[in-house]
Amino acid sequence: MTPPTPSAAAPLEVTDETVEKSITSPAPKATESRSPGQLAWRRFKRDRTGFTSACIVIFFFVIAITAPLIAKLYGKNPYTQYGQDAPIGTLLNDAGFPIKPNGGIDGDFWFGVEPSMGRDVFTFLLYGIRTSLMIATVTTILVTVIGVVVGITAGYLGGRTDYFVSRVIDIVLSFPSTLFFIAFTPVVYGLFYAADEEIPAWARGVCLIVLLTAFGWASIARLLRGQVLALREREFVEAAKVTGASPARIIFKELLPNLWTPILIQSTLALPAFVTAEAGLAFLGVGIQDPTPDWGVMIQRGAQFYTDDITFMIFPGVSMIIFVLAFNLLGDSVRDALDPKSKR
Amino acid sequence: MFRFLIRRVLGALVILLIISAVTFFLFYAIPRDPARMACGKVCPDDLLAQVRANLGIADPMPVQYWHWLEGIFVGRDYTGVGHCNAPCLGYSFANNQPVFETLKGDIPTTISLAIGAAFFFLIIGIGTGMVAAVKQGTFLDKAASSFSLIGSSMQIYFVGYIAMFLLVSQLHLLDQPSYTPFTDSPVAWASGLLLPWLVLSIIFTANYTRMTRSQLVEQLSEDYVRTARAKGLSRRSVFFRFAWRGAMGPIVTIFGIDMGTLIGGAIITESTFSIQGLGLRAVRAVTDSDLPMLLGLTMIAAAGIVFANIIVDAVYALIDPRIRLA
Repeated sequence: MTPPTPSAAAPLEVTDETVEKSITSPAPKATESRSPGQLAWRRFKRDRTGFTSACIVIFFFVIAITAPLIAKLYGKNPYTQYGQDAPIGTLLNDAGFPIKPNGGIDGDFWFGVEPSMGRDVFTFLLYGIRTSLMIATVTTILVTVIGVVVGITAGYLGGRTDYFVSRVIDIVLSFPSTLFFIAFTPVVYGLFYAADEEIPAWARGVCLIVLLTAFGWASIARLLRGQVLALREREFVEAAKVTGASPARIIFKELLPNLWTPILIQSTLALPAFVTAEAGLAFLGVGIQDPTPDWGVMIQRGAQFYTDDITFMIFPGVSMIIFVLAFNLLGDSVRDALDPKSKR
Repeated sequence: MFRFLIRRVLGALVILLIISAVTFFLFYAIPRDPARMACGKVCPDDLLAQVRANLGIADPMPVQYWHWLEGIFVGRDYTGVGHCNAPCLGYSFANNQPVFETLKGDIPTTISLAIGAAFFFLIIGIGTGMVAAVKQGTFLDKAASSFSLIGSSMQIYFVGYIAMFLLVSQLHLLDQPSYTPFTDSPVAWASGLLLPWLVLSIIFTANYTRMTRSQLVEQLSEDYVRTARAKGLSRRSVFFRFAWRGAMGPIVTIFGIDMGTLIGGAIITESTFSIQGLGLRAVRAVTDSDLPMLLGLTMIAAAGIVFANIIVDAVYALIDPRIRLA
């Protein structure tokens, strides 16, 4: 039905640990037995690009988690409007733009002051990264879990269930998702909040996660379904069936260990995509909204005065490019490490 | 081929029907007062009553949906508002116009944006990919790969503003993006859209470079390519008539997906460059809570995606005879 989309995951590689262990004879100490996981880890450590990008990604997560601590040490928070609290002419001028060059960068405000509102850019960015990464991480976990469950169920049961699930996947993938997000978000809010009621930030976050998940699970489910369909016919699964293994055993002990590679690869590729999708929605004004710090909110704010103060936009924009680039490189390295035979 | 097309079009229509039903029920079943939502933010009482009557709020949901579906094929009368002609996707009370009438004006803009961008990213992307594949392992290859990786990590909503800042407001090299119909002045059409095209192509090119390179590298090592070379065919003819042809399949696939998304509404692109197409219309419809408009937009976008997929599958089969249409 559908064209063979270039899937990120490579052909299956079925590793049988028992065979590997029996090959490595116990007598000489020279040959050390290594699990596939250890082998992958060794390959990954040797990959310099992958290791560097892993460090960058970890750095982003660390500053996201420790944002309140950093803000405390730095002595500012992302909500106070420093520029407006200070007398006019000290931080912002009459028009609301920072007086000092380059967006008001100095020893007090490391990344400058936000025009008009006068908030501190450094802490705003820190908390923004925190919000974005939290939403993207939760969405990735949910999408992966749902995708794995649905994909394995469809592939393993086959027949009518498979047909039905595949059609649902077709439909979800045909939805114009961005359009649907922006169209459907107000409807969801309308369900829980009156028109004039203030919508709390957490509700916006939850709504975003739910909508992103609702459209995100389909591609990973489709991929895993295909993998399971192929695995189901393999001898080791048949052997397990013949010996009377329960379906649960077959799924968890026979199928799942062979699916970790595509699952891991898909989720590392999905996370940066959710970060940019979340920021895109905030940029359009339907995701997280202004007083809540967020990567996309910052870009939206920056867009309002980019002709006069481009510095403010540079920080969220460049940091996002670095993060996404590092994460994409990491995804490639993870694939190379887990699946050395795959071609890119 | 013919049977394949018929089957796929029927399948596509079923998918569109389901999408329309899902969207319709989600939009009209959930909010407490769909009439008020459909009416727009500013809504006088007499207009509200009119909207209620015209949407047939009193009718059960399936009947409302049926009337909406019927409207697409035979048009629909809105009492006190007017007639909505045959492809009637509903009536936008916020805009005081049938939905399709409004959207008709936006479609050329969005298509111009998509086609122009495609022109650039296909040429640049496939070109650099081919160079990288032929000069495998050289500096050129590595440069192309790194460039494409960085490009693919960029976002329109950032690069677009940076480009506008540098090229429009600082260096005055390009015009502020705008849309002039092609029939009015092709030069103004191209110069107004040049910046969005270039920015879009930076972001989309990456995928094509990577894909072309890896596909060509794979194809060039295939047996049939070696056979063709052994037969004494020239390098050039082997490259273009054999390897290239075999490599194009997956590229056509991603091209179809990209075109689907671009035609379905480049929402972020259009908001960044403030170009009035389907995407910006959608953003406006959301701020106005214009549900009929959003429903119509969803349908047009979904149709774009679904039919782009069909065209891709057909083209795929034409390029690569090993693919059989089933």
